Amino acid sequence: MNVNQSAPPVPPFGQPQPIYPGYHQSSYGGQPGSTAPPTPYGAYNGPVPGYQQTPPQGMSRAPPSSGAPPASTAQAPCGPATYGQFGQGDVQNGPSSTVQVQRLPGSQPFGSPLAPVVSQPAVLQSYGPPPTSAQVTTQLAGMQISGAVAPAPPTSGMGYGPPTSLASASGSFPNSGLYGSYPQGQAPPIGQAQGYLGVQTPQRSAPSQASSFTPPASGGPRMPSVTGPLLPGQGFGGPPVSQPNHVSSPSPQALPPGTQMTGPPGPPPPMHSPQQPGYQLQQNGSFGPARGPQPNYGSPYPGAATFGSQPGPPQPLPPKRLDPDAIPSPQLNELPPQQKTRHRIDPDAIPSPIQVIEDDRNNRGTEPFVTGVRGQVPPLVTTNFLVKDQGNASPRYIRCTSYNIPCTSDMAKQAQVPLAAVIKPLARLPPEEASPYVVDHGESGPLRCNRCKAYMCPFMQFIEGGRRFQCCFCSCINDVPPQYFQHLDHTGKRVDAYDRPELSLGSYEFLATVDYCKNNKFPSPPAFIFMIDVSYNAIRTGLVRLLCEELKSLLDFLPREGGAEESAIRVGFVTYNKVLHFYNVKSSLAQPQMMVVSDVADMFVPLLDGFLVNVIESRAVITSLLDQIPEMFADTRETETVFAPVIQAGMEALKAAECAGKLFLFHTSLPMAEAPGKLKNRDDRKLINTDKEKTLFQPQTGAYQTLAKECVAQGCCVDLFLFPNQYVDVATLSVVPQLTGGSVYKYACFQVENDQERFLSDLRRDVQKVVGFDAVMRVRTSTGIRAVDFFGAFYMSNTTDVELAGLDGDKTVTVEFKHDDRLNEESGALLQCALLYTSCAGQRRLRIHNLALNCCTQLADMYRNCETDTLINYMAKFAYRAVLNSPVKAVRDTLITQCAQILACYRKNCASPSSAGQLILPECMKLLPVYLNCVLKSDVLQPGAEVTTDDRAYVRQLVTSMDVAETNVFFYPRLLPLTKSPIESTTEPPAVRASEERLSNGDVYLLENGLNLFLWVGASVQQGVVQSLFSVSSFSQITSGLSVLPILDNPLSKKVRDLIDSLRAQRSRYMKLIVVKQEDKLEMLFKHFLVEDKSLSGGASYVDFLCHMHKEIRQLLS
Amino acid sequence: MATYLEFIQQNEERDGVRFSWNVWPSSRLEATRMVVPLACLLTPLKERPDLPPVQYEPVLCSRPTCKAVLNPLCQVDYRAKLWACNFCFQRNQFPPAYGGISEVNQPAELMPQFSTIEYMIQRGAQSPLIFLYVVDTCLEEDDLQALKESLQMSLSLLPPDALVGLITFGRMVQVHELSCEGISKSYVFRGTKDLTAKQIQDMLGLTKPAMPMQQARPPQPQEHPLVSSRFLQPIHKIDMNLTDLLGELQRDPWPVTQGKRPLRSTGVALSIAVGLLEGTFPNTGARIMLFTGGPPTQGPGMVVGDELKIPIRSWHDIEKDNARFMKKATKHYEMLANRTATNGHCIDIYACALDQTGLLEMKCCANLTGGHMVMGDSFNTSLFKQTFQRIFSKDFNGDFRMAFGATLEVKTSRELKIAGAIGPCVSLNVKGPCVSENELGVGGTSQWKICGLDPTSTLGIYFEVVNQHNSPIPQGGRGAIQFVTQYQHSSTQRRIRVTTIARNWADAQSQLRHIEAAFDQEAAAVLMARLGVFRAESEEGPDVLRWLDRQLIRLCQKFGQYNKEDPTSFRLSDSFSLYPQFMFHLRRSPFLQVFNNSPDESSYYRHHFARQDLTQSLIMIQPILYSYSFQGPPEPVLLDSSSILADRILLMDTFFQIVIYLGETIAQWRKAGYQDMAEYKNFKHLLQAPLDDAQEILQARFPMPRYINTEHGGSQARFLLSKVNPSQTHNNLYAWGQETGAPILTDDVSLQVFMDHLKKLAVSSAC
Repeated sequence: MNVNQSAPPVPPFGQPQPIYPGYHQSSYGGQPGSTAPPTPYGAYNGPVPGYQQTPPQGMSRAPPSSGAPPASTAQAPCGPATYGQFGQGDVQNGPSSTVQVQRLPGSQPFGSPLAPVVSQPAVLQSYGPPPTSAQVTTQLAGMQISGAVAPAPPTSGMGYGPPTSLASASGSFPNSGLYGSYPQGQAPPIGQAQGYLGVQTPQRSAPSQASSFTPPASGGPRMPSVTGPLLPGQGFGGPPVSQPNHVSSPSPQALPPGTQMTGPPGPPPPMHSPQQPGYQLQQNGSFGPARGPQPNYGSPYPGAATFGSQPGPPQPLPPKRLDPDAIPSPQLNELPPQQKTRHRIDPDAIPSPIQVIEDDRNNRGTEPFVTGVRGQVPPLVTTNFLVKDQGNASPRYIRCTSYNIPCTSDMAKQAQVPLAAVIKPLARLPPEEASPYVVDHGESGPLRCNRCKAYMCPFMQFIEGGRRFQCCFCSCINDVPPQYFQHLDHTGKRVDAYDRPELSLGSYEFLATVDYCKNNKFPSPPAFIFMIDVSYNAIRTGLVRLLCEELKSLLDFLPREGGAEESAIRVGFVTYNKVLHFYNVKSSLAQPQMMVVSDVADMFVPLLDGFLVNVIESRAVITSLLDQIPEMFADTRETETVFAPVIQAGMEALKAAECAGKLFLFHTSLPMAEAPGKLKNRDDRKLINTDKEKTLFQPQTGAYQTLAKECVAQGCCVDLFLFPNQYVDVATLSVVPQLTGGSVYKYACFQVENDQERFLSDLRRDVQKVVGFDAVMRVRTSTGIRAVDFFGAFYMSNTTDVELAGLDGDKTVTVEFKHDDRLNEESGALLQCALLYTSCAGQRRLRIHNLALNCCTQLADMYRNCETDTLINYMAKFAYRAVLNSPVKAVRDTLITQCAQILACYRKNCASPSSAGQLILPECMKLLPVYLNCVLKSDVLQPGAEVTTDDRAYVRQLVTSMDVAETNVFFYPRLLPLTKSPIESTTEPPAVRASEERLSNGDVYLLENGLNLFLWVGASVQQGVVQSLFSVSSFSQITSGLSVLPILDNPLSKKVRDLIDSLRAQRSRYMKLIVVKQEDKLEMLFKHFLVEDKSLSGGASYVDFLCHMHKEIRQLLS
Repeated sequence: MATYLEFIQQNEERDGVRFSWNVWPSSRLEATRMVVPLACLLTPLKERPDLPPVQYEPVLCSRPTCKAVLNPLCQVDYRAKLWACNFCFQRNQFPPAYGGISEVNQPAELMPQFSTIEYMIQRGAQSPLIFLYVVDTCLEEDDLQALKESLQMSLSLLPPDALVGLITFGRMVQVHELSCEGISKSYVFRGTKDLTAKQIQDMLGLTKPAMPMQQARPPQPQEHPLVSSRFLQPIHKIDMNLTDLLGELQRDPWPVTQGKRPLRSTGVALSIAVGLLEGTFPNTGARIMLFTGGPPTQGPGMVVGDELKIPIRSWHDIEKDNARFMKKATKHYEMLANRTATNGHCIDIYACALDQTGLLEMKCCANLTGGHMVMGDSFNTSLFKQTFQRIFSKDFNGDFRMAFGATLEVKTSRELKIAGAIGPCVSLNVKGPCVSENELGVGGTSQWKICGLDPTSTLGIYFEVVNQHNSPIPQGGRGAIQFVTQYQHSSTQRRIRVTTIARNWADAQSQLRHIEAAFDQEAAAVLMARLGVFRAESEEGPDVLRWLDRQLIRLCQKFGQYNKEDPTSFRLSDSFSLYPQFMFHLRRSPFLQVFNNSPDESSYYRHHFARQDLTQSLIMIQPILYSYSFQGPPEPVLLDSSSILADRILLMDTFFQIVIYLGETIAQWRKAGYQDMAEYKNFKHLLQAPLDDAQEILQARFPMPRYINTEHGGSQARFLLSKVNPSQTHNNLYAWGQETGAPILTDDVSLQVFMDHLKKLAVSSAC
């Protein structure tokens, strides 16, 4: 029923929840708009004017999320302030307190120790609350309760919202101060952590319960229990919020309790305090003040106001979770019975990705995410949010599977939750966020630890009056060079800390000195070489003509650095079939000159001068060349191609020019011509599901690995555009792009008419994107953990250095960590990712990302600070690599087992006792089953009959370097109804779950997964809609498989087209539109992406899988 | 004697043949005692304006092992329409076309004056001439410019339907595709990698048509041209294109660092040129013309490394076995030369550089294929420019003076066997009854291939008399030799030239005078010299000299008239009188003396010596010296230091150099400017006369000789001083006293001393 939560706002859900709408609507509408905000603010204002801003946000959010009505009820008791407040209050109770606490301390009032603790807890709490309903009781009464309070989350969210903003606003300083303080005063941070932990655990536990299906029973009971103990009044407040959701399902049970819980939380905090006095208190205090809380808690916590603001930010996260949790839990609870009785689970009762995403958006989308606090879980990747760098790297650069790492490897082993970070070192930032500062330390170069070579970062601790610093990674004491010396202030911080990016920011760049350059020579600007297949196939499809035409204009848009007027990048051209043609396009020539190299067995570059040229200088010659290439080969009958020699040639050319660069290969067919790297057609579908299936993913020959190694050594990155008509052995051809950090694009059965847009768009993007060349990435960690495994598109010649011939803003590297020692809760765990690369202008730079994580001694803390999306990213990459060596079946089993172990561990160690028949999921992982099922059903792990070997290899390769957002939507596609929301609304319509049941045959839907885009038209869609979208009079006249919508001047058409455009803009690859009619042949294709349903290839439906998972868990537990 | 001289001259003019002996000793034993072997200099394509080719095919002897061509020496039975082969005595039926034959109605080939006759063959496809330019781009800018201009100029001299191709090389080798409009295409090869012919053809796309016959044309005999059309194009089609292409040729763009030679892939370039033609036009007349401005410095066939501090090998290095690359490179080029020869193509080498260019290693390319070898200092000299132009000179018929893919077959009557040939040819390894087991020169065969030849190309052919002493030849018997040369005329027709000669046998014991009188000392000198040079290629220099000396002494012993142990009594008859002198100069010539010559120069000189006709060869052995003075008309004078007088102008022609030398007084006069005074017009004329004569020689000579105009005391005078017989040296100057010219600062023996020794040895009974 989690879904429901989201549902309240969303129509679809409305169906089941018809009853609630009233409440919701009223509550939401009322709260957000009017009451809630003002009042709370008022309250806050009093205490802390500065924070006001934030609170309002919180307020606004609160109303919707919390659902005014319940709040009102609950609040009434709590605080006179307002309903809105109530909602908030509820929320606040749980979350606010925590949140506030965190920041508060940071902010000052409480003092450092408190602050840190608080902040995190707050978050947790917020989450907690919802779960609490069920779990809280079980595990940590106090804590949980607070969690329970969570229901309030919405409110808390509100509350948090503001705080975050405040935090950021108030000054990164305070925060930074805090952070800074961490290293120094480890104690406080730890305290915080603990505090959080405490709080979190409950929260999560709660969520888990929430997600659990069985919930009804358990939830019910627990809830009450919890609530009871807690604070009824608060609890109510909480419930109301959650209720809407719950309502739909078993309104009475869990939800209310949950909410109640929330209510209680407020009080509970105090309660908890005993357990973890310092922290809890803080939390509570913070909560009180932070949120609407004020009203409620206000009195108790005077300083709250300030805290409130701070806590806010953390809260936002929890709220999302809270709601869902709370809701789900009840539903879940109900479900089990259903199962038993009806042998069927209500799909609405199981955790809904849509709901989770929506909640997170609502709760955390409006506040900037301030990175100052250690171990914060960032908003989901599906949420739009701004990031303020206050000492830790933005989640756009690094996301972790868990922000709270178990202190010991035993714990980690028990939990089976992989510890991994998904790093995107050159991630593109939204325009509002500044790219990392470039620090120039002159000839001395960046300051590094003498022992571990870590780069100067905010976590380094200066001692002895600033004359030395202690490395935060290896604890080595280093002298500060005289030119870098600076005095420390009374807190032990350098007084210039805020003037120096490397001392105050999570991400920044150093200008590298010549020592960091190959051969001790500053690099020359990189070069792009376009290598075009001109064999019969390429000519016939019109590809060559199209490409040449496009290149003429595209060359004006080569990536340039900063404000440079023209790109420093030089270009070169090669065409090839079974021989290679190099072109001399020296500016002094009247005509380009072609040089054919037929010695493909021993490739070399036939010319030096005139091959790589400046576009502007050689414009005329290049244009002439591009005009002539299609003509020259127009009559070709050559069907054979070579491949490895082409790459070799490009690499040799770069070597001769002594620069790094990128090859753009446009290739059509299996390279069968006699040459190194010659391939044969070895596609054999009979191998599927056998032990030999893995060979389909392995390269045919080792030649490409060797070649890739050479390419990497030269800094030669290879981007491959494939236009196959049949099997081309993507598995082998993509080896070099894969190992050199390049991209592969595949356009099966390319036809200019149909695929032109897609290809050109990808090409433009690929050519224009900023790339770092000849890069080496190293991830350093503080003592206790160690990077042990790496996934992505790169090459490694040793176990620590990730070598990337090229790295663009879309590529991620996933790093897995393992314990090699005990971690310390106080000092946490630090990551530093250092990327040495050559910029587009040929400047050698180091980009540093730092991230501090918390460490925990309680598993619950870890479960509460996980990110399922990141986890899935890791697991998918892990599985996709494993298929190279193990049978696919074994890989799938491994995944299922691991997932079951993760969940079982949670159940065993963190969840409250409940009947064995109850499935309890951690709040943060309640989507793990559905997402994992999507991974298991993906083409690579369970291919359908229509999936070609090449497709599988292609996808396998793509996923390897996807970031979290991409894997998220790739595995769980977005399905957007187009006609449900009013035409006027400009926002993206809320998504629906990817299941056929959710499709209404009177509607039109868009489905996207980052690679594909479908427009599904229901059979009984209104004629008016058909007319305005397709300009035909009836459904039957719509051309199935259409790839372009007619441009019609009506609001609907415009809206849909705009939406499509905006979807495309969000993805790194152009998605070709396919119009699918209900009941049409093509629908099969479309249904493949409805991932909650049973798939044709045997993939389980969501419900079935969940049951299966439940069974596995029970087996593990028994 | 006059009769013999006339006879010899007549024969030479008619048949292009000069025999060392014009009356042949009738037994093997006697023949060996004659010292100078029975041999001839054959100029197969000697220009015969008076000999129009006949338009039918020759009639052949029906015996499979003989196949001699019907000739005036055959006995003909007009009634029975039969003819008897004069080599194997097979009786043959005349072909039907000869039905109307009778004593009065004879075909040309039976008339005595047609001992040399040329047949024109109508069969077979005619393929155009092919010229493949292989151009070095590692040249100095002005050198390259001059070369480009020469090449562009040459395009206008080529027959319009000739196919041309262009390969350029430096660090890489580029084969230019000439057919395309717009973008100029070339195939590029690494300069360091040796490729097999098959690989080259694969890489150039020659093995199978790049474009399958799209126009469903019936298979045509013209398949070849189609396949290769991308690289070899008719000049009339791509004249403009190629001119532009040549004009745009740039120096090799790869950087050459200080202290290095440019990387020059001559070996691979040649290999590709050979492979290209091999795959496209085997057995069709084609010239590969290699223009190079320096030594090959990388890849197969490299002659020297790219380090400038290591100089290119000298004779000294070679003697010390210190030439690292020589053997390997030589092997590479020999392999190429043999392949080229097999395919009937020829390779010209135009090497212009101040330093050596590796001719020593590459010489076989030109030597075995009948190609030209030209050596100059720079492409920007008239020496190169005019020499190159002269390659395309035309004869009285307007045809190019070049022929391709010739095979020379020699048939002998049974008393003779063929010992070998020396000249621009390769053996075809055709064994037969008339092939001797003793080889002189390139032997073991009765047929040779001469891939490129011109009207002056001359081979030395050596025979062995095999008739046993105890089976005397009947009085009046004649020995016969038939030379059958099949070749592709420059007009692309196939032609066959048949020369049949006969000489009398004589019993050396009874008729030694006869034989002696029929000795052709000029031919003998050249033939012996060829043998000597041929040996010098493979043997140590001193050994060759010793061999030559011994031969000379034996000859003198045999034919001299003397009293034993009395040198003063020694006399030689007129027909031998000049021979020792030739040998004296031969010993001093650059063909046998490597001192003061680089290995390249030696190769160059030897190359030309082995292919020029008798007259030119004699000039090379013993340069001609003319004197111009007020004493009378210009006259030839002794090639002796005594000829160098103050009041004379000397003109020396050594074949490779033309030297004009002004005597001391003349030089002073000229310096004083007398020639510009009207009253000394005659002096002006005197100065002009040798210039005009030199010009005349320059006009006719190929390759262009180095033209030197110097005077007494000039540094260039060394060219003259090194050639003349040093009869006066710093050692004996005052002994000779009064008049006479310039002392030569040398320790070489003079002709006089040489002759003294010769006489002494000849009369001595010791050897």
